[in-house]
Amino acid sequence: MAERKLRVMVAKPGLDGHDRGARVLARCFRDAGYEVIYTGCHQTPEQIVSAVIQEDVDLLGLSCLSGAHRYLYPAVTKLMKEKGIDDVTVIGGGIIPDQDFQLMYDAGLKAIFTPGTTLESIINWINTNVKPRN
Amino acid sequence: MYFAKEVLESSSRMRQRWEDEVKKLVSKWPDQKPEAQWSTVSDLPIKRLYTPEDIKDMDFERDIGYPGQYPYLRGNQVTGYRGKYWTFRMFSGMGDAATTNARWHLLLKEGQTGLSTAFDFPTLMGYDTDSPKARGECGKCGVAIDTLEDFLVLTKGIPLDKITTSMTINPPATALWAMYCAAAELQGIPLTKIGGTIQNDMLKEFIAQKTLMCPPEPSVKLISDTVEFGTLKVPKWNTISISGYHIREAGSTAVQELAFTLRDGMEYVEDVIRRKKLDVDAFAPRLSFFFNSHIDFFEEICKMRAARRIWAKAMKERYKAKDERSWWMRFHTQTAGCSLTAQQPYNNVVRTATEALAAVLGGTQSLHTNSLDEVWCLPSDFAVQIALRTQQLIAEETGAANTIDPLAGSYFVEALTNEMEKQAWEYIHKIDDMGGMVAAIEKGFPQLEISDAAYKFQRQIDAGEKIMVGVNKYVSQEKESIPFLEIDDRIETEQIERLNAVRRKRDGKAVKKCLDDLKQACKKGENVMPYCIEAVKALCSVQEICDVYREVYGEYRDPGLY
Repeated sequence: MAERKLRVMVAKPGLDGHDRGARVLARCFRDAGYEVIYTGCHQTPEQIVSAVIQEDVDLLGLSCLSGAHRYLYPAVTKLMKEKGIDDVTVIGGGIIPDQDFQLMYDAGLKAIFTPGTTLESIINWINTNVKPRN
Repeated sequence: MYFAKEVLESSSRMRQRWEDEVKKLVSKWPDQKPEAQWSTVSDLPIKRLYTPEDIKDMDFERDIGYPGQYPYLRGNQVTGYRGKYWTFRMFSGMGDAATTNARWHLLLKEGQTGLSTAFDFPTLMGYDTDSPKARGECGKCGVAIDTLEDFLVLTKGIPLDKITTSMTINPPATALWAMYCAAAELQGIPLTKIGGTIQNDMLKEFIAQKTLMCPPEPSVKLISDTVEFGTLKVPKWNTISISGYHIREAGSTAVQELAFTLRDGMEYVEDVIRRKKLDVDAFAPRLSFFFNSHIDFFEEICKMRAARRIWAKAMKERYKAKDERSWWMRFHTQTAGCSLTAQQPYNNVVRTATEALAAVLGGTQSLHTNSLDEVWCLPSDFAVQIALRTQQLIAEETGAANTIDPLAGSYFVEALTNEMEKQAWEYIHKIDDMGGMVAAIEKGFPQLEISDAAYKFQRQIDAGEKIMVGVNKYVSQEKESIPFLEIDDRIETEQIERLNAVRRKRDGKAVKKCLDDLKQACKKGENVMPYCIEAVKALCSVQEICDVYREVYGEYRDPGLY
C-alpha cells in the first residue's frame, strides 16, 4: 500500500493578522501533495492544540509576525506536551530574531524559517525530517 | 485626438524602422531576459518603447486636463506642492502610551508635520491587555491603549487644535475616536477645531489586514455612524481612510490594490446614501484614501494618477456628486513594508527612498516612509530619523516638488495609467455584478485573487524570475546585524496594573449605565458615537465597548481562505 499523504496544519496563533506567509505556505504545501489544514488567523494555543488532535496531523507550522512568538510558540508546545502529543513535528516561521532561536528550540520547535526562505527549502526540510505517522 | 494626423503618421513610419533595427540587433545580441520578465512587479507587461501611437486615443481635456480640474489626473491641488508639501506623517506607536508620546515629541522636534498612531494587536482587535487572547502581544506592534487614561498620556503636550493625527484603528474605531474627542474636550478644544483621520475601513480588514470583530454588514453600519457623526459634529475629521496599503501587503497586484480599494470606497458611499440622512456632497469631501508605494517606480506613479481619475469619474457619474470636493481623491501613502528585506537591511533605505519619490511624483498628500529595520522590529530612534529625513530630502533637495505632475504627457506614463485604469474598472464591474463588495467578500473573491497573486510572486522569487537584491541575487554570505528595538515583556504586567488601577477608581455604576445605553443604541440602530464618547469619559475600556458590539452584532472569524 502506498504511504499515506502527509497531513500538515498551518496555524496562526495570537492576534496577528499578517497572514501572507501562512497563506502562501498553505498553497505551497497543497501543491507539494500534502493534505493541508489552515486555521486562519487569531487562534488561541488551546484552539490550535485541539485542532491538532482532531485533525490528526503529522506536522504543525506556526506563523506569527507580531513579536508574540516568544509567548505563543512555547504556549502551544507546552499544551501539546500536557495533552501527551509527542509525535507531531512543530516548526515555526515569521519574524523571529536570532536571539530567540534557542528559546524556540528549547520549547520543542524543530526548525525556524525566517523571511527570505525559499518554499523549496521548506519542502526539502519537511520531506527529509517528517514522515506520515502510523 | 491627442496628436495631429501627421505626427501619428510619421511616428508609425519611424516606429517601423526602429522595430526592424531592434529585430536585427536582438538576433545578434539577445535581451538579458525573456519578454515576459520585462514586466512590472505586478506582472503588467511593459513594452520596450512607448510612442505617440500608444496614447493616440486620449483627449487632452477629457483625460488629462489641469491640476484642480476634473478628472484630477494631475492632482487636486491647484498650486501643487508649492503652497505646502505633503504632510510628513510617520506611523508610530510602541510599548505603552508614555513611550509612544516620547517618540511623537521626538518626531515633531525633527520636523514631522502630522502624527500617526500604530496600536498594538489587542487594541486593534478590541481586547484589553489582560484578556487571555492578548497574552504576549502588549505593546509589541504598536501602543497599548485600554482606557481614556492611557489616551491622555499618549496625547500629553500635543496641541490637538494645531496638529492632525491619524489613527490606524478599525474595529474599535468608534471607541478610539471617542477618546480623541474626549481628550480634545479636556484640552478645552471644541470638536469643530480638531482634525485627523481614523482608518476605520473594515472591508479591507476582511480582505487583507484581518483585524476583525463583527461581520461585514454591521461593520459597515458602524462606519456609516462615524461618517454621519463627523459630518455633523467634527467637520475637519476624515472619518475613513479607505486603504489599499494592506491589500497590497497581503500580496495583491497594483491593479488589485487600485480596484479593491476604490470599490470598497464605493460600497461606503452607497451605504451612507442608502441611509438617506446625508446628501452625497455633505460627506464625500471627507472621505480619504491610503495607498501603498511599492518598488516598481512607474507602476506606482501610474496607479496613483489612475486612482484620482477613477474616483472623480465614479463620484461625478455614478453617485451624481456636484461639489468638486466630492470628486477629489485625497490620499496618504506608505512605502511598501513587504518590499523590504531582512537580508542586507541597509539596502532598505534605498528602496524606501525610491518608493517615496514615486509617491511624491504620484501626488500624495501625506507620506510615511518605512525605516530600514522594520522587517525585524518597530523602528529604532536612529532608523526612524533616516526615514523621516528621506522625505524631507525629497522635498527640499531633489526638485521633485518644483512642478506639478511632472511625468504627465509621457507616452509610457499615460499609457500605463490608462491600462491600469481600464483593468481596475474591469474588476470594479465584476464586483458590481457579484452584488457589491460585501457580497464579493462573502464569496471570498478578493481574498482569493490576492492569494493567487501572492503565491505567484513567491514562486517567481524562488525561480529567480523576479529579483530581490540580497535575497535571490547579490546574496552576501556575511550576516549584517543592525541594532534592534526590543519591547520588554514587562510592559504587559505594567499595563495590566494600570488598567486595574483605573477599574478600581472609576464609578462602576456609571460604567454599567454607559455600556447599557450603548447596547440599547446598537439594538435600536441609533448612531453609536455620542454613546461611545460618554462611555470613554466614564473610563469604559476598549474591550468593554467592543464586547457590546460583539454581543449585539455577532463575532466574525477569519474563514482562513488561501
